[in-house]
Amino acid sequence: MKNRAWYFVIPMIVLMSIGAFLPLMVVVNYSQHYIFAGSAATYVGLENFVEVLHDSQFRGAVRRQFIFTFMILLIEIPLGIIIALALPKKGFWVAPCLVLLGIPLLIPYNVVGIIWRLFTQSDIGVIPKIFEVLGGYYNVTLDSFDAASTILLLDVWHWTPLVVLLVYAGLQAIPDAYYQAAAIDGANSWRTFRFVTLPKLRSVLTLGILLRLMDSFKIYSEPLLLTGGGPGTATTYLSLFVARKAESYELGYASAASLIYFFIVLAMSYIAFQIITRIGKGGKVE
Amino acid sequence: MSSKKMKNNKISKYFLILYFILLAMPIYWMLNTSFKFDTEILSQFTLFPHKFTVKNYVEIFNSSVWMGSFLHSLEYVCINVIITLVASVPAAYAFSRWKFKGDHHLFFWLLTNRMAPAVIFMIPFTQIYSSLGLFDTVWAVALSHLLFNIPLAVWILEGFMSSIPKELDETAFIDGYSFPQFFMRIFFPQIKAGIGVAAFLCFTFSWVELILAKTLTIINAKPVVVTLTVGIGAEGIKWGLLGAAGVLTLIPGAVVVYFVRNNLAKGFAMGRV
Repeated sequence: MKNRAWYFVIPMIVLMSIGAFLPLMVVVNYSQHYIFAGSAATYVGLENFVEVLHDSQFRGAVRRQFIFTFMILLIEIPLGIIIALALPKKGFWVAPCLVLLGIPLLIPYNVVGIIWRLFTQSDIGVIPKIFEVLGGYYNVTLDSFDAASTILLLDVWHWTPLVVLLVYAGLQAIPDAYYQAAAIDGANSWRTFRFVTLPKLRSVLTLGILLRLMDSFKIYSEPLLLTGGGPGTATTYLSLFVARKAESYELGYASAASLIYFFIVLAMSYIAFQIITRIGKGGKVE
Repeated sequence: MSSKKMKNNKISKYFLILYFILLAMPIYWMLNTSFKFDTEILSQFTLFPHKFTVKNYVEIFNSSVWMGSFLHSLEYVCINVIITLVASVPAAYAFSRWKFKGDHHLFFWLLTNRMAPAVIFMIPFTQIYSSLGLFDTVWAVALSHLLFNIPLAVWILEGFMSSIPKELDETAFIDGYSFPQFFMRIFFPQIKAGIGVAAFLCFTFSWVELILAKTLTIINAKPVVVTLTVGIGAEGIKWGLLGAAGVLTLIPGAVVVYFVRNNLAKGFAMGRV
């Protein structure tokens, strides 16, 4: 019986080893070499890593990435909870609301980029027009702050519905008796939310936070299509930064930067995995 | 008390309406743009096409570049989904039914790959697929996407399979079914929903993935996501055409979601979507 399990997982292991493990080893190998196109690679040990960690551009990308992810969680999670609470619990409007919420989630990332380009482009978009009418200034391709906040707005638009749907599913699972008990005890609506609703949402919220944490850390297509990482480096997040280095054939540098990037994500995902398994034991939302 | 509640309800209703308008606006703007002539897009600010046209769509359907890239995308997505399912279904079965040495570690290793940023694999994939002679073919993209789709599929399928009682397997074996017979006739119909959900998510992931698809193709296998990015930063972008192409890339996702719509809710409720 025990050996039989291995026959079942072997195809997966073979494919994943070729698809993931082997390439990762290639990256590890490159990260230890100084490579210049057309000549032989020289072994330089950990020098690439030292260079990456001292590079102000890399540090800038890491800082932007952390600020971005932090802002995403700060906005999307509370907003998602508020919208989910405001959604009708039953009746005719439930289905249209859920369908509308589902639409942004099904749009390919690159099309999201296109949509927002059309939406924010200075000659043809809606947002610049609104600013113009109100007498403000907005230019996504020239102003760093506008570019960064547009990417943030785009992500909030794209992914808040995911948080809403998760929280909505969590809310449906709370029995009415809990609220009746709270009402009998004379709890006001804030205390009902804080001590009845929120604890029951713990597992869906953890899942939502983790998903947004992982995915916002990997953001690539949207800034590439909307701003190309600019103006300057205002929207060059980690994926975009590493991709630029790889595309310009700085293989040693890019490999070292990739590994540091991977390590950050891995550390976060390990903590995440621990939390998920612990909460899974605590009681899963159906 | 009740009048306060009414007021609260009203506020939340207006809030919701506002939110849904904001949610729908960018999508509407793309649709709006796709039905306009370029002159109207550039010269006027119009909330709906004054001169309605399907010219942009016709141009895409007549362009061999656009149609070719749609086909390439469909090809590698289908290859990828098939290989993913063939490898993932047995693996998920093993994870859900048996304990074996290192199963937790293996599962965790699998999931870390799903979380890895795709840029890490740009350099090695280029080298590996070039040396295999697969560079700039749909196979390179299909195989490279396995890295993300196999972990996802195993994770989802394991969840679905674990919700089916083990007694089902045991009863079938006592009744004299061989393993393949049991799997095809009894087990498969039970997990059809899970396979649908896994296939849908792998499909959408592969369809929208940009980094690897862009890195591994030049001309012969250029997928639609890459064609969409061409011309960024250049002057004279055909906005109407871009809008129409954007609308068209939504269709496959919409078609697939129509087929798995009932199962998707189940997958969602399990917290694994």
